[in-house]
Amino acid sequence: MIITEQKDINEIYEMIKDYNKILIAGCDGCCQPPRSINEAKVLGQLLELKAKTEGKDLKWRAITVLRQCDDRIAATTIRPFVEEYEAIVSLACGLGIVMLNKIVENIITYPAQNSMYGGVQNAGENYFIQYCETCGDCLLGETGGVCPIAGCAKHLKNGPCGGTVDGKCEVGGYTRPCAWIEIYKRLKKFNRLDLFKIYRPARDYRSATSPAYIPINKDYTNIKEEKEEKK
Amino acid sequence: MAKRPAYSKLCQALADGHFVFTGELEPKKILTDGMEEVIHSAKEMKKTDRIIAANVTDGPQGDAYMCSLVPSFVVQRDAEIEAVWQVAVRDRNRVALFGDVLGGALLGLKNILVLTGDHTALGDNKQGRISYDLDSTQFCELLKKMIDEGTDYSGNEITDGKIEMNYGCVANPNAVGEYMEPEILKVGRKVEQGIDFIQTQTAFDIDVAKNFINELARFNVPILLGVFPMKSYGIAWYFDKYIPGVSVPKDLLNALKKAEKDNKGNKPAKYAALDKVNVEFFVPFIEEIKKNSKASGIHCMAVEYERLFAPLLDKYPDYAKNYY
Repeated sequence: MIITEQKDINEIYEMIKDYNKILIAGCDGCCQPPRSINEAKVLGQLLELKAKTEGKDLKWRAITVLRQCDDRIAATTIRPFVEEYEAIVSLACGLGIVMLNKIVENIITYPAQNSMYGGVQNAGENYFIQYCETCGDCLLGETGGVCPIAGCAKHLKNGPCGGTVDGKCEVGGYTRPCAWIEIYKRLKKFNRLDLFKIYRPARDYRSATSPAYIPINKDYTNIKEEKEEKK
Repeated sequence: MAKRPAYSKLCQALADGHFVFTGELEPKKILTDGMEEVIHSAKEMKKTDRIIAANVTDGPQGDAYMCSLVPSFVVQRDAEIEAVWQVAVRDRNRVALFGDVLGGALLGLKNILVLTGDHTALGDNKQGRISYDLDSTQFCELLKKMIDEGTDYSGNEITDGKIEMNYGCVANPNAVGEYMEPEILKVGRKVEQGIDFIQTQTAFDIDVAKNFINELARFNVPILLGVFPMKSYGIAWYFDKYIPGVSVPKDLLNALKKAEKDNKGNKPAKYAALDKVNVEFFVPFIEEIKKNSKASGIHCMAVEYERLFAPLLDKYPDYAKNYY
């Protein structure tokens, strides 16, 4: 799930205060907590109230999109509305904001959310926890399934550091688990401390250099290679 | 791989079998006057004839302080005592670390202490972005490549000259019980990456310290145990509360508090009482470490507490004067 946090209402209002008529687009995709039609409606009401305190009459309509990051789905949902509106406020993650700006070229789409991280929610826990940082160099196979990139505040590949006390991390006031102590415990349990001991050289950050463009292979046949071999 | 030569006086003294002492200097948010005080401290260390080198800290607790490179050089130049240049990997990527080490080598620095560094979230510029491009073990590998192979991390050659430096890492004796094994294994990775010495975080419990040293001894790398005489109750309290994993024994805290309280308004008497508390705790502590553990020395973190050097160290041989 992509974990998002709504921006302060004043910050959102600052972005759209010069418009009179805005479209507010929720997203039914993977955003958590939900940012769908109901949340879009509430945001519209809040912005309307805020505008009233400034002596303005803001018109708005709330809609929702199945997935704002899918260009075809987003285009077919949004385009019938855009003629009437001066700007869009999107409740999607950053992917949705960029996509709407691409497919609706003549008006600007503004973000109502801060995109935080890819996270999970465990039953009985009151947190969205970051389990993966989509770093492009997955280590989970040698760390007992605990990620030291997302789970360690310093992203260490050869931890733990000196900032761990009784298995807790110095960041966050010793309340969160030290990923490297978790890794140690997991690997010890499976009698795989050999994996803990090994030295891991520095990451190759080319795999994480922005902007990333990974080619999509649409051709799954091997006929071409055979033809080339015949030559 | 053949053992790296002792390029630094610290490593030479260790190789010669002396029980060594190192001190600690902390350049904070300072410029010229503050630097004078740091140099004064360093000169006092040299006067002991027992302290062979002075650590120069690099943004401890994640605070934004003067860099450690320039003061390390200034201390060597003006106080004529060798610096142990502390470098935290928190703030610099592999490009900057390489560049800094080359610069430090040009300035004649001989010792590097590799640190992860406290997270900026603990410091006074919490909004900052961390680097940790290399972690401390990977920085050890970079230093190994620079010193032993003459290249940067990617293998590009340094075109002229040879870097003559030794480097060490830190270890935390306060990782006890089930937390000791991962700490020891982690140090093992750094040993693999060619460290020349280990300076530990401070420990106050003699049994914990001895046990940890004996575990580390398997790596056959000289170990300097950290001790932290405290020049005021305030410092002891702060250390107890804010330094990861370190707790000052209650008796020691209370004794320092009492020393200050009993001598309120009388500075000389207060200092004498504080010194007495420290001497009574640390003299037998150090003696026990020297006699009954495999430690090769003591890293004394008494920053700006020069007057304690004499009562603490006088009973040990003045070996260091032969190296200055």
